Amino acid sequence: MEVLFSSVKELVTLAETQNKPISEIMIEQEMLITKRSREEIIAQMDNNLTVMESAVEQGLQGVKSTSGLTGGDAVLIQNYIKTGKSLSGDLILDAVSKAVATNEVNAAMGMICATPTAGAAGIVPGTLFAVKEKLNPTREQMVNYLFTSGAFGFVVANNASISGAAGGCQAETGSAASMAAAAIVEMAGGTPQQSAEAFSIVMKNMLGLVCDPVAGLVEVPCVKRNAMGAAKALVGADMALAGVVSRIPTDEVIEAMHRIGQTMPSALRETAKGGLAATPTGKWLEAKIFGKDRAVNDTVNS
Amino acid sequence: MKYRSVFEIIGPVMIGPSSSHTAGAARIGRVARDLFGRQPEWAKIYLYGSFAETYKGHGTDVAIIGGLLDYDTFDERIKTSFEDAAALGMTFEFIPEEEEAEHPNTAKIVIGDSQGEMELVGISIGGGTMEVTELNGFPLRLSGHFPALLVVHDDRAGVIANVSNAIASQGMNIAHMEVGRKEKGKMALMVIEVDQMFDETLLDELKSLPNVTQVSTLAN
Repeated sequence: MEVLFSSVKELVTLAETQNKPISEIMIEQEMLITKRSREEIIAQMDNNLTVMESAVEQGLQGVKSTSGLTGGDAVLIQNYIKTGKSLSGDLILDAVSKAVATNEVNAAMGMICATPTAGAAGIVPGTLFAVKEKLNPTREQMVNYLFTSGAFGFVVANNASISGAAGGCQAETGSAASMAAAAIVEMAGGTPQQSAEAFSIVMKNMLGLVCDPVAGLVEVPCVKRNAMGAAKALVGADMALAGVVSRIPTDEVIEAMHRIGQTMPSALRETAKGGLAATPTGKWLEAKIFGKDRAVNDTVNS
Repeated sequence: MKYRSVFEIIGPVMIGPSSSHTAGAARIGRVARDLFGRQPEWAKIYLYGSFAETYKGHGTDVAIIGGLLDYDTFDERIKTSFEDAAALGMTFEFIPEEEEAEHPNTAKIVIGDSQGEMELVGISIGGGTMEVTELNGFPLRLSGHFPALLVVHDDRAGVIANVSNAIASQGMNIAHMEVGRKEKGKMALMVIEVDQMFDETLLDELKSLPNVTQVSTLAN
């Protein structure tokens, strides 16, 4: 199948030589591959943006998952911002709370848009709706934010993995945070190469992150990893906009992420048999939610 | 290229909590139902790897049943699929397996009714994208590089020619094709990978061909 780019290097080169933003290259590739019209493609992305917006709003009202493990933290963070005492900055905390809001809705079996997965669905919209307050983007620029995120995610998905079961949480929240960083840079007026630098800087700081969901649920630690992923995305974007570059090229960082994922033991890849899931409290929560039988069986099998 | 569209990365719109365990699982169920061609009366679902370990918390079970009821990934009715299935008289059973499957998120779905039954093995490869690896015991060796069509048909002379002619008449090239059957003269299956994405008109044309019983796609 004919594609315009399959690596970040190709993506950035295309954008630079044609003097187009990365989002535009992604739209053109989508038209080429799917034979759909620009209008259709943009309308679908616009719809995804609406779903993201609704999820953020719903989460900021306060939701609770059926297990009771998560919910309500997005509201706590918003209330804290209002006190004016935040240390890390209102924009970062706003992104954090909106990322949390989305994942709390996800954990409560609400409707979300996977970016790139459901477990990592908070980071791209969380950062988007936070920087919206500062950069005042048009609707078109907000849609383009998603195409730029998607362009980088497309490279990761095809050259490494976006699945926690295959590559650990670095493949999910790690990919999402790096994708968001690249998109923030574009929206803030950075160059395609700066987007790639932001992606690398953030991805390098998510490497080795294990997938260890307590009781096998997409709640603990997933929601808080989305929160920190959103914070890292903003810091990484700022570093790239400041002119900081990654010494390791982006495609090699993606390759490293892939190899780390492959060498990670299966206990740390979404099986709920290692990491935080295997702590005494993690096991206790599992028994409490699913009854003693499952916890006992899992112990016997592990 | 396992992922072709940006909407496999930014998307799908779905009911939480997990794209591979909920959305991908719903899609595996829905492809099974699609290929079966009607609402099954019963279902036995074997789960492997991470699916077997964590299916309850991820809603993999309600998602697969939702798929078998023809619900899409964003259909809010996924939450009530067990009750909906019961109301339709569909019985189902989940069997977590300890055996290691090749892929960590694997489901084998056996469905049927008084007229027949069907078995499908699907894997959820992440982000809501899935692949069918086996149908009625035929291993499907899909490269994953191209959009794929699955055509279930009666094993009769001329069916393969008619299907490939219909594809050619749309100006499309076949990249890879496999044909298999259980028994001479009985149900057979064509797996066709093509160079481009296809639209509904091709599917409708294929469905209207004589001896073709079901057509489904593996492109999103």
